[in-house]
Amino acid sequence: MHHDTPEQLQEKARQLVAEYVSKVDDLKPKERTKIPSQDMPAQDPEVRVHNLDEVALGYTFEQAQVEAIRCLQCVKKTCVEDCPVRIDIPGFINHIAHGNLDQAAGVIKEASLLPAICGRVCPQETQCQQNCAVGKALKDVEKSVAIGRLERFVADWERKTGKISIPEVKPATGKKVAVVGSGPAGLVVAADCRREGHHVTIFEAFHKLGGVLRYGIPEFRLPNDIIDKEIQTLTAMGVEFKTNFVVGKTRKLKDLMEKDGYDAVFIGVGAGLPIFMGIEGENLVGVFSANEYLTRANLMRAFDKGHADTPIYQSRKVAVLGGGNVAMDSARMAKRLGAENVYVVYRRTEVEMPARKEEVEHAKEEGIEFLFLQNAKRILGSEDGRVKAMECVRFELGEPDASGRRRPIQVLDSEFMLDVDTVIVAIGNGSNPLLTQSTPGINLNKWGNITVDENQKTSMDRVFAGGDIVLGAATVILAMGEGRRAAAAINKMLAEEIEKEKTVIN
Amino acid sequence: MAKILLKKQLSKDVFMMNLYAPLIAEERSAGQFIILQVDEDYGERIPLTIADANIEDGSITIIFQVVGKSTLQLSKMNEGDDIPALVGPLGRPTHVENFGTVVCVGGGIGVAPMHPIAQALKAAGNNVIIIIGARNKDLIILEEEMKAIADELIICTDDGSYGRKALVTQPLKEICERSPKPNMVIAIGPPIMMKFCSETTRPYEVFTQVSLNTIMVDGTGMCGGCRVNVGKEVKFVCVDGPEFDGHKVDFDNMMTRLNSYKSIERESHNCYLQSEIEAKEMK
Ligand SMILES: Cc1cc2nc3c(=O)[nH]c(=O)nc-3n(C[C@H](O)[C@H](O)[C@H](O)COP(=O)(O)OP(=O)(O)OC[C@H]3O[C@@H](n4cnc5c(N)ncnc54)[C@H](O)[C@@H]3O)c2cc1C
Ligand code: SF4
Repeated sequence: MHHDTPEQLQEKARQLVAEYVSKVDDLKPKERTKIPSQDMPAQDPEVRVHNLDEVALGYTFEQAQVEAIRCLQCVKKTCVEDCPVRIDIPGFINHIAHGNLDQAAGVIKEASLLPAICGRVCPQETQCQQNCAVGKALKDVEKSVAIGRLERFVADWERKTGKISIPEVKPATGKKVAVVGSGPAGLVVAADCRREGHHVTIFEAFHKLGGVLRYGIPEFRLPNDIIDKEIQTLTAMGVEFKTNFVVGKTRKLKDLMEKDGYDAVFIGVGAGLPIFMGIEGENLVGVFSANEYLTRANLMRAFDKGHADTPIYQSRKVAVLGGGNVAMDSARMAKRLGAENVYVVYRRTEVEMPARKEEVEHAKEEGIEFLFLQNAKRILGSEDGRVKAMECVRFELGEPDASGRRRPIQVLDSEFMLDVDTVIVAIGNGSNPLLTQSTPGINLNKWGNITVDENQKTSMDRVFAGGDIVLGAATVILAMGEGRRAAAAINKMLAEEIEKEKTVIN
Repeated sequence: MAKILLKKQLSKDVFMMNLYAPLIAEERSAGQFIILQVDEDYGERIPLTIADANIEDGSITIIFQVVGKSTLQLSKMNEGDDIPALVGPLGRPTHVENFGTVVCVGGGIGVAPMHPIAQALKAAGNNVIIIIGARNKDLIILEEEMKAIADELIICTDDGSYGRKALVTQPLKEICERSPKPNMVIAIGPPIMMKFCSETTRPYEVFTQVSLNTIMVDGTGMCGGCRVNVGKEVKFVCVDGPEFDGHKVDFDNMMTRLNSYKSIERESHNCYLQSEIEAKEMK
């Protein structure tokens, strides 16, 4: 696969800007769709497999402007309809086309609090970019307006130029909100409730903040700086943080409300217990959950072998089971930690893979090998209990099932051996039991996820929940969206109470 | 952050510390553990059982043995220093009730986590027999504390330098042969000791509980590094344990898994020692 270098991309963009920028408001749709879509500049694959720096480098201003000019400013905004938090997409893109980045940032911020993060990790090809008119006209989703990259561009510009403004905080109300978990859901609730003047405390079990953004998604896809910046903003707003605090263990949820005076609680504890395949050999040395592998590498910084005390397994040949973002991240991390061969073993085909398209492309460029329509059957160990091989079996696609997807069917006698010393299981997570175990009175569904109403309220009075603990493993943007909804409900509840208290006093 | 209120060396490699952690002191029950880090950015997360707690002064007691780089660093910290990260109490508390006669077997450093459990069992009205085992006299810890709790205290050393020259399984077997046999056994110590205690009690059908110290990263059920085979099931020590039915635990697999990083850790430990030596030489 050939890619232009960042310099070549920039040169082409400069020429296009010169050609189009003067007539930005006068172009016909036909003319706009003819403008070539802008590729994301990226680190050279050969170089980046030896470092942890971010792979996608981000658009230059010129590239962003060209890409923005491609937008048709549709009347029926399918992109907005497909955005879980309804960002005014053509609105902010139009500002970029006119070079007004400040205003573009303002438009995004109205709907999304974490654009630098979402621009990087949202599955745009199944959301805003899926039904974009440009992509439809060109009959290629990959040619849709690159909304995610533009969002990222604006957010990065704002951060780099030091223009991030601290949202205004209303005068103190005297009400206290406890937020459990510092993942995207929790961060959003904290910001939204703090703005209304409530005292907000985030309780986080780990020693670092950010949830999956920190310990799961690797540095090469989402640099820690960005998460730090979001946290700094919250700190500047006066949000209080308590790390190393497991609600349900260090203190019961009930006690936070009854003894510590919190008027409302938001539970955003994320997904929990990793799921294993339940096959022979899964407890051998060298078999990891993706959570463990990535946590060691990211949070405990095991990639930094000179400094870190937490060891990471030295692998030569790695099999990763699964086809989502977690699988891609694990595979690419293994490569960066020095593995020679990394295989992603997936039961279905590439089309069904839930991972973001860009990550799959990047993984391929980095030499990750994909074994589609195959699955693990058992893991074999050596005498000293370490992984020495994995037996796989092949599948073929059968008749479509109720969901319309063709079901993979095992091919008889198709077993074969894969020579590996490490197996990383990335097939999903169950629900997090820590808080719910010690909180009788909170209703769960049969998978252990907290059940909520349309305002994210749980079965417990004053207790709300959102994100992966409600949805099962979902996405950053859905977690954020739930956080927003919960914060609105909490703010409304507290405002009504304050109103009532006033009337009583009067 | 948790301040070190008190530090004592109990034997050559074993240290005791009281840490200021009022919330944990209040919430903890016997059998639970904490996780601490000596360095928030690069440090390992070290799980340690809470050996005791004092609600009045808000302190918890930990007892640890220097086994690698992280515990060595911890042992070098002093009273007044802050431990940057401390979280807990984690794990499920020991189930305590009046079972009748309970035998508590503590091997080596395992005596430390046994202490609060024995205490709780005594308080619940049990007849508590305590067996303490160690390689030699110098490695015996908490003898006085245990004596204060025990209805019967048996001390064994491998080399006979103190108490009986025996492995803990010998007195355990004798007690199982008594009539009536004990109602329950709890064994905490090196995996191999817990394995053989379980094998000792199996023919007598005495329920035997063991407390596992597997590899852990988060200790909150997120990583699954601590998984063990218990009967036909896979259990997570940090959320389902740390205590399990010793007759069902697959100790051999657990011991292999505990050794996952042996060679790598030794390297990190050696590097650290090496740099310590160099630093000293430079002075
Ligand atoms: C490797 C990986 C890659 C991913 N890639 C993508 C991607 O590219 N795009 C995308 O949209 N989504 C991705 N996801 C999914 C996305 O990260 C999650 O959907 C999202 O982070 C969920 O947010 P959350 O706020 O619900 O919880 P989390 O981010 O899981 O945060 C929960 C936090 O709560 C803390 N906590 C748990 N229990 C307690 C307790 N009792 N007390 C205090 N704190 C507690 C946890 O330590 C954690 O920090 C990925 C996930 C993983 C694991
Ligand atoms: S659908 Fe595409 S072209 Fe239409 S407004 Fe949205 S981004 Fe622009």
